[in-house]
Amino acid sequence: MDPSRLYDVLVLGGGNAALCAAITARSAGASVLMLECAPVPYRGGNSRHTRNTRTMHAGPLGVLTDAYPEEEYWMDLLKVTGGQTNEHLARMTIRQTQDHVGWMASHGVRFQPPLSGTLHLSRTNAFFLGGGKALVNAYYAAAERLGVEIAYEAEVVDLDFADGRFNAATVEHRGTTVEIRAKAVVVASGGFESNLEWLREVWGPAADNFLIRGTPYNKGRVLKLLLAKGAKQVGDPTQGHCVAIDARAPKFDGGIVTRVDAVSLGIVVNRHGQRFYDEGEDFWPKRYAIWGRLIAQQPEQIGYVIIDVKSMGKFMPPVFPPEKAGSIGELAGKIGLDPAALEQTVARFNKAVRPGHFDHTIFDYCRTEGITPPKTHWARTIDTPPFFAYALRPGLTFTYLGVGTDAKARMIMQDDKPAANVFAAGEIMAGNILGKGYLAGIGMAIGTTFGRIAGGEAARHVLG
Amino acid sequence: MSSVDLAPHAAAGATRTLPELIEEAQRVLAICNACRYCEGYCAVFPALQRRLAFEEGDVHYLANLCHNCGSCLYACQYAPPHEFQLNFPRLLAQVRAKTYRKYAWPGFLARLYDRNGVAVSLITAASLAFMLLFTAWVADPERLFRAYSLEQGSFYAVMPHDVMVALFGAVSAFVAGALAMSFVRFWRDLGERKRDFFSPLPAGDATGDALRLTYLDGGGEGCRYPDEKPSFARRNFHHLTFYGFMLCFAATATGTVYHYIFGRMAPYSFWSLPVLLGSVGGIGLLVGPVGLLWIKFLRDPDLADTRQTGMDAGFLVLLFLTSLTGLALLALREAEAMGVLLAVHLGTVLALFLTMPYGKFAHALYRFAALVRFHLEKRRPAPAVAAE
Repeated sequence: MDPSRLYDVLVLGGGNAALCAAITARSAGASVLMLECAPVPYRGGNSRHTRNTRTMHAGPLGVLTDAYPEEEYWMDLLKVTGGQTNEHLARMTIRQTQDHVGWMASHGVRFQPPLSGTLHLSRTNAFFLGGGKALVNAYYAAAERLGVEIAYEAEVVDLDFADGRFNAATVEHRGTTVEIRAKAVVVASGGFESNLEWLREVWGPAADNFLIRGTPYNKGRVLKLLLAKGAKQVGDPTQGHCVAIDARAPKFDGGIVTRVDAVSLGIVVNRHGQRFYDEGEDFWPKRYAIWGRLIAQQPEQIGYVIIDVKSMGKFMPPVFPPEKAGSIGELAGKIGLDPAALEQTVARFNKAVRPGHFDHTIFDYCRTEGITPPKTHWARTIDTPPFFAYALRPGLTFTYLGVGTDAKARMIMQDDKPAANVFAAGEIMAGNILGKGYLAGIGMAIGTTFGRIAGGEAARHVLG
Repeated sequence: MSSVDLAPHAAAGATRTLPELIEEAQRVLAICNACRYCEGYCAVFPALQRRLAFEEGDVHYLANLCHNCGSCLYACQYAPPHEFQLNFPRLLAQVRAKTYRKYAWPGFLARLYDRNGVAVSLITAASLAFMLLFTAWVADPERLFRAYSLEQGSFYAVMPHDVMVALFGAVSAFVAGALAMSFVRFWRDLGERKRDFFSPLPAGDATGDALRLTYLDGGGEGCRYPDEKPSFARRNFHHLTFYGFMLCFAATATGTVYHYIFGRMAPYSFWSLPVLLGSVGGIGLLVGPVGLLWIKFLRDPDLADTRQTGMDAGFLVLLFLTSLTGLALLALREAEAMGVLLAVHLGTVLALFLTMPYGKFAHALYRFAALVRFHLEKRRPAPAVAAE
C-alpha cells in the first residue's frame, strides 16, 4: 500500500466479490490494490462461511447433475423475493453463472459432489471442496500470483468522492492513516450486519437480541459513506438473510454450526409458550429463509423448538446439546417458560394432529386440524419422553440495504446516472437482485457475477 | 439462558491425558459434525458424519483414518484464532500417539512411546553393540577382518546362514506376535467382529487405499504438506519408502526361495533377482525417508505435533540406515570391511525389527485396520438425517 502511487484500480473489501474483481482487473492489465479490513485469519468476509454457489446449467456440468435452466432459476428467485428484484440484472446474473464453475476452477477453486444432508442441492448448487474458506484461500493465492497488492487490517474511514467521481480513500492501517489514490474503485465491502449500532437504528432494541452468524468485520462503513455522498439507495434496511440459530451461539462468527433444523419435526413456541407460525409449511430452503425473521418478530426475539424422542437423530446434529426433560412441564421449567402454558399448547397441538403416514422427505399428509396456526405437514404428536428443547435466536447473515448498480456494475447516483469511476459488487449491491428472502448460493452467484463485471469494467475504464 | 462454551475445556497444551484428549475430541467432533464442509477431503469426515455421539473407540478409529494432510485446517472457519479453537488434524495426531501407546503389547513396553526418539536410538545402539559382539563371538577375529571372494561364501564365512536365520526368525516371530496382539485389541475396541476384518470386498478396498495412499491427496489436488500449497511430495516420498521397503522384503523372500528351493547360496551376482530387488528397493528406502524427513522439518508448526518428531524421525532414520548399510555391504562384500559392515547392517535391521511394534511403524497397523473398518461401514446403511 503506497500513498505516493496512483493505482489503476482500488478494490475495497476482501471477500468473494472483491477477489473476483481484483483478479479480473489485474488479469486485464490494471495495477490493483485490495484493502481488506480483517486480519489474515479472518479475511474473506462472509465468503469464509459459504459453501456453494447457485449455478445455471443446460446439462450435467462438473459436479452439477441434470440441468438448471434460466427460467427455473428465475422463477425460484422470483418466488423468494416476491417480485422485489430487478429482472434485467437478475437474469443477467443467472446467465453469467453458467461460466462460474469453469472460471472459479481456473483460479484454484475445487468442487465436490454434495454428500450428506444437502443432496437435494446437487442439481442447483456447486459445492466448494472444503467450503468458503478454501475458496477464499484459493482466490488470495491466485490474486497474489497475478500481482494484486493486498493490504490487511486496512479499513476505509473516508472517501474523497464528489460529483460521482472517486479520487481517494482515507485508510486506517495498523495505527496509521494514509490516503490512497486510484483511477477507479470497486466497492465490495459487504453489508452492515455486524454494525450493532446501525442495526439498533433500524430494528430498535430488538437488535440487541440478534446474533450475527458471519464476519464481525462488515460494519457497513463504505456503504454509509457512499449513501451519504449521493449514491442511490436500494433495498430495505430491515431486510437481510436471517436464519433461526441456536440461542447459545456466539455473538459473531458462529457460522454454519449454529443452525438448528428441528423446526419441521416439532413445534416452535415463543416466550409465552404460544405457537406463532406453521412449522410444517415448507422444506428447508424456505424455512431457512424465513424463521430468523419470524423469531425476530416475537417478544424478546426468542423461540423454542420442542420435540420428543421420536425426532432425535432425524435432523442435522446441532453443535449444542438440547435441554432434556421427562415431561413437558419440567422442560418448560428448564427453559424458563410457564409450564402450564406450554403444557396447554402441546396438549392442544397433540389433539389437533390428524393421523397420517409420516415421511419427512416429502410433503406428507400429517397435519393438524382446528388450531391456529396450523401445522400443515410432518405433524406428529409430541408425547414420547424424553422431551427436548432448543432455544432459537435470529441469526443475521447479511443485509440487503445497498447501492444501486447497472448491468456494468457501475454505481448509480441519486440522479439515476452512473458514477464515473465507481463500481460495486457483492453484498453491497445484492439488494438490487435480492430485495427480500433468500436462495441458497445466490449470494456467491451475485458476488461472482458482479465482481467479475466490476473488475473488468474498472480496468476498461482505466486502460481504455 | 444457559450459555454453553464451545471453546476448549482442558488446557490446550501438549500434555493432555487420554481422557482429556477424548473430551476435547468430543467437543471438536460435535462442531465438525454440525459443519461438514470438509466432507470431500478424506475418509475421516464421511466416517464421523455417520455418528451422532463419539465414544473413545470412535475417536481412536477416526484419528487413525487421518493422515494429517492439513487440508481441513486451512479450510476451517473455526481454526485459531476463532474462539472455537479448532485444530482437528493436530488433535487427531495427538490421539494417534495415545492409540500407539494404549494398544502396544506387551503393555509394559508401551513406555517406549514416552520418549520414543530416545528409546529407538538406545535400542539401535544396543542392537549394534550386540551384533558386533555376537558376530565377533560367532566368527573369531581372524575370520572377521578378512576379505572373501564370492566363491568363498562372503557373509556366511563370517556368520553361518543357520545362525542368521535362527536369530532373525526368533525376532520376527516376536514382532509379528506383538503386532498381532496390538491389532486384535484395537479391532476389538472398535466394536467390530474378528471375522469381518477378513470380508473380501472391504479388505480389498482398504488394501487398494493403502497401496495407493488414496487419502494422501487432499481431495484430489494434493496434501497441504509441508505447507498450505497443495503438493504430492508426501505421497510420493511415502510411496518410495513403502515400495522400497516392500522390494527389500521381496529381495529377502526371493533369497529364501533361492536358498531353500533351488539350493543356490548367497552371495548372489549383481544381476540376480534378490540383489536387483534389494538395490532398487534400497534406493527407494534412501530417498523416501530423506524426503519425508525433509518435508517434516518444513512442516507448518500449526499442524505438527512436535512431541512426535522423535518417534517419526527415529523410524525414518532407522529405515535410511538399514538401506544405507545394506547397500554399503553389497558394494564392499569382497572387501576386508565386510565382516564389520555385516554386523552393522544386521544390527540396524535388528533394531528396525525390534522397534516395529513400539515405534512409528505401528501406524501402518492401525491405519489399515481403520481403513477396513471404513469400508465395512460404507456397506452398512447410513443413519437417516433430515435434509437441510
